[in-house]
Amino acid sequence: MDLARHWRLKDQRYRLEGTVCAECGAKFFPPRQVCTECKSTNLKPHEFAGRGELYSFTTVSAPPSGHEEFVPYIVGMVKLDEGPLVEAQITDVNPADVKIGQRVEMVTRKLRAYGDDGVIVYGYKFRPIVNGS
Amino acid sequence: MSVMKPKRDVGIIGYGAYVPRFRIRAEEIARVWGGADEGVPIEEKAVPGLDEDTVTMSIEAARNALARAGIQPKQLRAVWVGSESHPYAVKPSSTIVAEAIGAAGRANHDSPLLAADWEFACKAGTEALQAAIALVGSGMADYAMAIGMDTAQGRPGDALEYTAGAGGAAYIVGPAENSLAYFEGSYSYVTDTPDFFRREHQHYPQHGNRFTGEPAYFDHTLHAARGLMDELGYQPSDFAYAIFHQPNVKFPQTAARKLGFAPEQIAPGLLAGKIGNTYSGAAMLGATAVLDIAKPGDRILLCSFGSGAGSDAFSWVVTDKILERRGRAPKTAWYVARREVIDYALYARYRGKLVMN
Repeated sequence: MDLARHWRLKDQRYRLEGTVCAECGAKFFPPRQVCTECKSTNLKPHEFAGRGELYSFTTVSAPPSGHEEFVPYIVGMVKLDEGPLVEAQITDVNPADVKIGQRVEMVTRKLRAYGDDGVIVYGYKFRPIVNGS
Repeated sequence: MSVMKPKRDVGIIGYGAYVPRFRIRAEEIARVWGGADEGVPIEEKAVPGLDEDTVTMSIEAARNALARAGIQPKQLRAVWVGSESHPYAVKPSSTIVAEAIGAAGRANHDSPLLAADWEFACKAGTEALQAAIALVGSGMADYAMAIGMDTAQGRPGDALEYTAGAGGAAYIVGPAENSLAYFEGSYSYVTDTPDFFRREHQHYPQHGNRFTGEPAYFDHTLHAARGLMDELGYQPSDFAYAIFHQPNVKFPQTAARKLGFAPEQIAPGLLAGKIGNTYSGAAMLGATAVLDIAKPGDRILLCSFGSGAGSDAFSWVVTDKILERRGRAPKTAWYVARREVIDYALYARYRGKLVMN
């Protein structure tokens, strides 16, 4: 079940926690230990705001093991407002309504469950931004 | 005086709603199982998506509550989730919610936090709310979060299947001086009444049909609401709005009439016809719909009911802080209006009613 691996990843999966370079300000997601811009190793945790733009997407109908129950589902590449490009599922939208360039926001959803008796893994997905009024 | 109130004045400083986007029409359930001739208890009910459960729904409601409250997550001293549909039988939902909203975790090792799951059928959320009031009221904490959230299941073909919906709300309790609605008092009433229950390892609950009415819902709801009003010296006319637990549309309407409330006092908080019975979320979500429209000075009665059985009744008075805070997160009416109607086949898939192995 990889309990330790999922536990280690919870900060980035639950809150989009990456890193920011204390020297040059470059931001990274997933977190990096060395800045690719200035080679500094002085990186601090950074929580991304969770908003961005859909760069590209596809619909998955032949899923990897553990995701069969969710097909068909949309996987997208989201260009976060702070810079990094994140790969994530796109949820709360029908495939026909997904558009490149669409504004999206992070939500926390169920990523998979290890059977009926195993751990449930939660993490980020993105959905079209809601105005809520 | 037997009204319950802490020595320190407290109130709601933030609130957040969540309702999933799928809906199944009651007439669609009747098409599959028959029974439409007798009429259906609601129009439609909310259904969670494949990637949603009580934890994910609680997280969104909690983030909405934090946005309205305007506090940092690490200022919370409790994250309590009331539900009868926790994804794990053993392992708290509340720790997942607390980490996801940034109230728990390694970065918060200098900020103590309580987290626990509450269970009392449909009043698990208001029980957590009572505890949050007490925790802040005692001075142990400045801020505590209470959530009522459910993804309820009804046995296919059973009367409950028409109404068992999904949704709920999160509340942050804090000092009265920073509240958007201050707390005047509460009154709780419980008895051992087996009107509805689910035994361990069972997927669907059992209920006592008409036994769920008079000795259960009505006895407890009326007793708690009357107790609160008597103790505080209020009449129904002193309240701008009243919200009752809503297993269907008729029960809260009847309870309101028996207590002397007018239909317009309960209409804004009566959501069951559009989203079904959201169990632990029902009364608390009705109250978020009311807070979305209430004016400063409005007094609100919130009265839950949980099978087994008991009711918590609360009196709140809205402050002018509501005006600047309620626009900071999606409104309850927006979640209710966001809807994608599905048929019974998709509903059966989304709710795990198909045997796959």
